[in-house]
This record gives sequence, structure tokens and C-alpha cells, in this order.
Amino acid sequence: MSVTTGIDGPPKVAFFNDPRVRSIGVQAILIAVIVFFGWQMVQNTLTNLEKANIASGWSFLDTTAGFDLSFTLIPYSESSTYGRAIMVGILNTLLIAFCGIITATIVGFLVGVMRLSKNWLVAKVAEIYIEVVRNVPLLVQMFIWYKVVLAALPSPRNAWSIADTVFLSNRGITIPKFIWGDGAWMISVAVIASIVGIVVLRKWAHKRQEATGEQFPVFLTSLGILFGVPLLTYFLLGSPVEFEIPEQGKFNLRGGVGLVPEFAALYFALSIYTASFIAEIVRSGILAVNKGQTEASYALGLRPNPALRLVVIPQAMRVIIPPLASQYLNLTKNSSLAVAIGFPELVAAGGTVMNQSGQAVEIIVIWMVVYLTISLLTSAFMNWFNSRMKLVER
Amino acid sequence: MSEIHSQRDLAYVRTEEAPAMPAPLTISGPIGWMRQNLFPTPINAVMSVIFGALLLYVIWITLDWAVFKAVWTGEDRSACIGDGAHGACWAMARAKFGQWMYGFYPFTERWRVDVVAIVGVLALVPMMMPSLPYKRANGIFLLGIYPVMTLVLLTGGHFDIDLSTWLTIGAFVAAIVIPILLLGFVAKIIQPSHALIASAAIAGVVALLLIVMSIDFGLPFVETSKWGGLLLTLVVAVTGIVASLPIGVLLALGRRSNMPVVKLFSVAFIELWRGVPLITVLFMASVVLPLFLPPGTSFDKLLRALIGVALFSSAYMAEVVRGGLQAIPKGQTEAAQALGLTYWQNMGLITLPQALKLVIPGIVNSFIGLFKDTVLVGIIGLYDLLLIVQAANTDQKWVAPQTHSTGFFFAAGVFWIFCFSMSRYSMFMERQLDTGHKN
Repeated sequence: MSVTTGIDGPPKVAFFNDPRVRSIGVQAILIAVIVFFGWQMVQNTLTNLEKANIASGWSFLDTTAGFDLSFTLIPYSESSTYGRAIMVGILNTLLIAFCGIITATIVGFLVGVMRLSKNWLVAKVAEIYIEVVRNVPLLVQMFIWYKVVLAALPSPRNAWSIADTVFLSNRGITIPKFIWGDGAWMISVAVIASIVGIVVLRKWAHKRQEATGEQFPVFLTSLGILFGVPLLTYFLLGSPVEFEIPEQGKFNLRGGVGLVPEFAALYFALSIYTASFIAEIVRSGILAVNKGQTEASYALGLRPNPALRLVVIPQAMRVIIPPLASQYLNLTKNSSLAVAIGFPELVAAGGTVMNQSGQAVEIIVIWMVVYLTISLLTSAFMNWFNSRMKLVER
Repeated sequence: MSEIHSQRDLAYVRTEEAPAMPAPLTISGPIGWMRQNLFPTPINAVMSVIFGALLLYVIWITLDWAVFKAVWTGEDRSACIGDGAHGACWAMARAKFGQWMYGFYPFTERWRVDVVAIVGVLALVPMMMPSLPYKRANGIFLLGIYPVMTLVLLTGGHFDIDLSTWLTIGAFVAAIVIPILLLGFVAKIIQPSHALIASAAIAGVVALLLIVMSIDFGLPFVETSKWGGLLLTLVVAVTGIVASLPIGVLLALGRRSNMPVVKLFSVAFIELWRGVPLITVLFMASVVLPLFLPPGTSFDKLLRALIGVALFSSAYMAEVVRGGLQAIPKGQTEAAQALGLTYWQNMGLITLPQALKLVIPGIVNSFIGLFKDTVLVGIIGLYDLLLIVQAANTDQKWVAPQTHSTGFFFAAGVFWIFCFSMSRYSMFMERQLDTGHKN
């Protein structure tokens, strides 16, 4: 070897063979390339915008929108601003994501458990559902819901109803409307108070079981408190909340809250589609728990129900929750497909603003910021959850 | 002795073994199977009846709609209107079938699409069967020759490459080749002969590509706005996945790199694309991308969508590949280093081959996802299978109550066949690759 090894230093090598120098060099080149292309892009964009006579900036958000949106949670009219239209979009996205996540979770867990049923027929039905729904694009399913299923529903006059309170027709879903009277805020207080009470009760019951070995029916009591206390408050206050139950008219449903067909189609498609993925996650999560765990808990004298509740499910949840969270995120992102059927969520409302104002760059920035915020919050939650649920090993 | 003998005379004593009786009907055969799997407990029996009825009902309405009440022949909408026509209007699907497959591709040129499809299937099937040889040659054909062939056949080739394009491409090639030569001859990091071969290969391939693309094969030019239907869907999906693989591998390596800038760049790139819905990426590609380019340059709408799809799916591909890289034990890298292999030699010869083999099912799965996502290009106005089916729905000649459902269920069926067979293939590969000694 021609390399001389000095006692007081590392072997001498050519500077470009030094890993540190190389790494700095590579990174410097990368930075240079990114800066060069970034600068080019900014310059080109500025020139192009100037040519098209579009003033970049955020002042357009205060301009009057001049278009109507079919579904809004906050007051909105044609004379509202672009900024408010986008706000409506963000709220609609959150609403559809919230409703979809709840339904998809319930359906998904049911189907996932059905898929593991010992009953051949039940397992087969679940499998067919999963294999059919998972392999058809969501947008196609959304169109089938929108243009085929919902369009085939009866007119409002002959709407299907559940106990004459919730109506399903080709105008969408109509549900009762809450009208908050005087003192109705007390009910919210009662709900919060009962939740606090349940937490305290659980702690107390746990302590008592540790000390005396006696169990307390926490679940049933909690259920009782959660529904009992607010109901009691409701009656004690003299029923301050009224329900405006929709009535069937000749051409339309009067009263109640109408959820437009676009919302219904999006909601059904998203829930059913995501549920098929959640079902597979649940199935693999339950299968991931070693059979020895169940056998060991039987050997310790646990009966099937507590064994499932105390041993199997907590371990399955560790496997289930990370992919479940990413499915929730997918559902939220997939809600953007509403643009194809015209439900005004973030992408659809933003798209309309983009077409009207020409502020393409700004709108895309808004989209990206909102979705990235949601997804970063989800990954932050996931990291927190993983560190909490990590197996504590020796 | 005589006593025993007399006993034998008195009673019947069996001298050979009796044949085994068949198992009782209640535990064997169809009845036994049903008792065990459908009616073991009363609750199960009730569930079986409910779900059986549900299944039969769904099968019945599907068959009723798709077969019994369906209209199979007819020239226009009149066939699908009337009392008997409550089923699918397959007459329309038959009339529109060519359009749904090829889009607005000129009728006389459709053989070119057929050739591309047949060659693609003939090359892909042996590639997908693990037991067949010549994988390397097949791979080179599929990833090197086939895309160029497809491009020339589908567009017609004979691209008009002007001087400024030549210069731009030449500058890019020079930007890659000159550093390689410098590394080889001045810095001597790469062997000079290797550097020479590599630069010659890069320059040669690019030149060859440009020459092939500019040759006039006598095929009429078909602009991409005429592509549509399943053809467009497949073009978008296949281009997306093929382009995303190399970018995804680079990003995955970047994410695991020790260099902070490279790592930060890769993480930011991956998370940016993974955090937003594909539709915003497509909007960005179709509306904002032209703004980023020098004024006056404009390029094809399809190409813009393809860039968006490729960037989006490369972020997902990067995460799939990263999963594979993480599964390779560190000892492999250490052994490679001990043998004196450089980083790229280690990656190219030791780590990546193992990692990529591990993630074949993951790659197939992300291809399924991408394939389903291609329907979104319809939203920015490219006539993929879904949009062209919708366009048929508004055709005055065929407007009928069942037009919508026929079109959408046809599209759903086509997508289902593709995705379901791919997911089965992914499961098959998973079993093939399962060496049984996973820890």
C-alpha cells in the first residue's frame, strides 16, 4: 500500500476520495440544481402571469365571488367573498371526512369480523363485498351512486323514510333539524359533566378492583350516565330542544335539514369504498395476534369474552391503528373526487374560484396547505400513538 | 379344546374384520358440511338464512338486470326504451365498444393499437411467470425497446425535432456526460474506461432514440387528443408505473441517505406528494405547470398529466421500495463493504436486487392503486375509459333510462377484471417469494 499511515492522523487520501468532501460536494450540487430550477420556475411564472395580466397575491380572497354553492355549513351567498367560498369548501371537506370516517369504521369492522366468521356463508358474503368494492375505482362507484342508485330513488312525494323522520329520495337525504331553545346550552354542559363523571368512575372502579378484587359494571353504568344525565336535564328544563321533522309535500320535502344528492353519493361511495379496506386491515390485525395468546388467557381462567376484550383486541389494535389512520387520511383526500359530481368541498369550491379569478397558483397553494396540514397532523398522531403502544421489551 | 370347538359351533364368531361403515350423513357429505359450516348453532342458522337470502337476492337482481331483461341487439335508443327494457342496454355497449376501447383513434389506424397491445401481452406474460428463463432480455425489451415502439406506433413517429430541441437535449446530455468524464479522467473516482463506455452509451442511446423518433415510417400522425378509452387509461397507468420506478428507487435511497440535504429533499418531496390528493396534482400539472415553463413553450395535455401522475406515484413507489430496503439486514451492506464494493456497487448488485424482489407484491399493489386512480385524468378533460363512457351517456342517439347504468357498470366491470387479476397475481407472487424463513 502506498498510503502512509501517520501516527498522529488518518491515512492521507486524495481530497476527492474523502467521504466528507464527497458528501458536501454532492449536497452542494443538489442545492445548486434545486436553487437554479426553483429560480427559473419563479422567474417564468412571474413573466407568464404578467403576460396574462394576473396580479399574484392574496387580495383576491376579499373579492365578491358571485357564484352560489349548493351546500354550505356557514351562511354564504352570491355576494360573499372568494375567501368565504374556500372556507365553505374546507368545512364541507371536514364534514364529509367526519361522516365518512364514522360510517366506514363501523361497516369496516363489521365486515372484517364477518370475514373471519366460522359461518361459511357469512365469511363468503364479506369476501365478495371486499373483492368487488376494492377493485373498482372510487370515482366509478361514486357515479354509480349518483347517476344510477340515487337517480332511481323515488321522488320526494314517495320518499322512503325511516320512522317518518329521515327521508331518502332523489333529492338526497333529509334529516330532522334541531332547534335550540332557551337553556339548551345546559344540555351540552350535562354531556360534558357526564363524560367527566365517567372518567372519574372508571378510575375509582379500577382502584377498587385492585384493592378488593371486586369488579364494577363500568361499561353499563357509563352508558347509563352518558345517555341518562343529558336526557334528565332535557326533561327537567322542559324540553328546550325541538325537532323540526321534515314533511312530505307534493314536490319537495318541507323543513328539516336537506343533504343534497351530491353529498349522499359522495358519503355512500366514500364510506363503502373505504370500509372494504378497513375490513381487510381489521382481519389482518386480528389474525396477527398469536393463537397462543387466546389459549394462554383460557389457561389463566379467562372466559372467551374477557379474553377477547382484555387480551386479543388490545394487541390487534396495535396492528390495526396505523394502517387505519392512513385509510382515514385516504378517505379525506379522496373526498376531493366530489369535484366530479359538483359537491362544493375544498377542491370543487377552489376550482370554481380558480376558474373565475385565474389565481391558479394561489388556489393550488391553499389546497396543498390544507391537505398537508391534515396529513401532517395525522402523522403526528401516528408517531405519538406508536410511541405509546410500542411493545416494551427487555 | 373340544369345549371351545363346541362354542364355535354354537355362536357366530366373526373371523375377518368388518368393512368400515361410511361416516354418518350428519358429519360427512354436503349435509355434514352444511351442519358444520352453516348451522352449527341457532344464531348461526339464522345468520346463514339471512345472508343466504341476501346473496341470492343480489345475484338475482344482477342476473335479471344484466341478462334476463337486457337488450342485446338494436340500432339506436328505440331498442332500449319501452316496457321490456328494464335491464342493461348492451346494444349500446356493443355499438360504442370500439370507441370505449380506442377513444377517437382513427378507425383505419386501430391496428397499431392492437399491435402494441398484443406485443405488450406477449412480452409481459413470460415476464410475469417466475419459472420462465430469459428474464433479463425480456426486461430490456419491455423497459427499453417496447416503450419506444409504443410511442412510435401510437403517435405515428416522424417527430419534427428542430435545431433548438437538438441543442437543448444536447446540453442536457452534456450536463450528464461531462461530469462522468471528469470523474473518470480527472478525479479518477470511476475507472476511465468505464466512464468512457458510460458516456458513449448515454449519448448513443439518446441519439438513437431521437433518430428513431424522427424517422418517417409512413404512419399517419395521430395526435394524443384522439387517444381515449381503455387505451388512454392503460397508457397513463403503465407510463406512471414505469416512470415512477426509477424515480421512486432514487427517492427511497435518498431518504435513507446520511447526507442531510439529500435526505431532507427526499423526505419533503415524498411527503408533499403523498399528502395531497392526486386530483390537485393533476390540476397543478394541467394549469400551473405551463406557468413554470419559459413563456411560449407549450406541450401536450396528455404529457402534462403523465408528468403529474409519474411524480405522484413515484412518491408512493419510494415508500414501497423503502419498505424493501429496510427489510434487508444490515449485514448484507456490511459484507459488501468488507468486500470493497462501493455504495453504488453495493446497491446495484447486493441490496436493491434483494429489496426489489421482496417488494414485487407491493409494486403490483401500488400499480393497482394507480390504475384505479387513472380515472381522475377524466376530471381534467382527458377521455379515459370513464369519461368516454360518460360521453356516450349524453349521445342523443342512445339516450335511454338504462344508458347510464349500462355504461358505468361496463366500466366498473373492465376495471374490476384488471384490478382483481392483478391482486391475485400479487398474492401468487407473495406465495412464490415466501421463502418460509422469515423471522
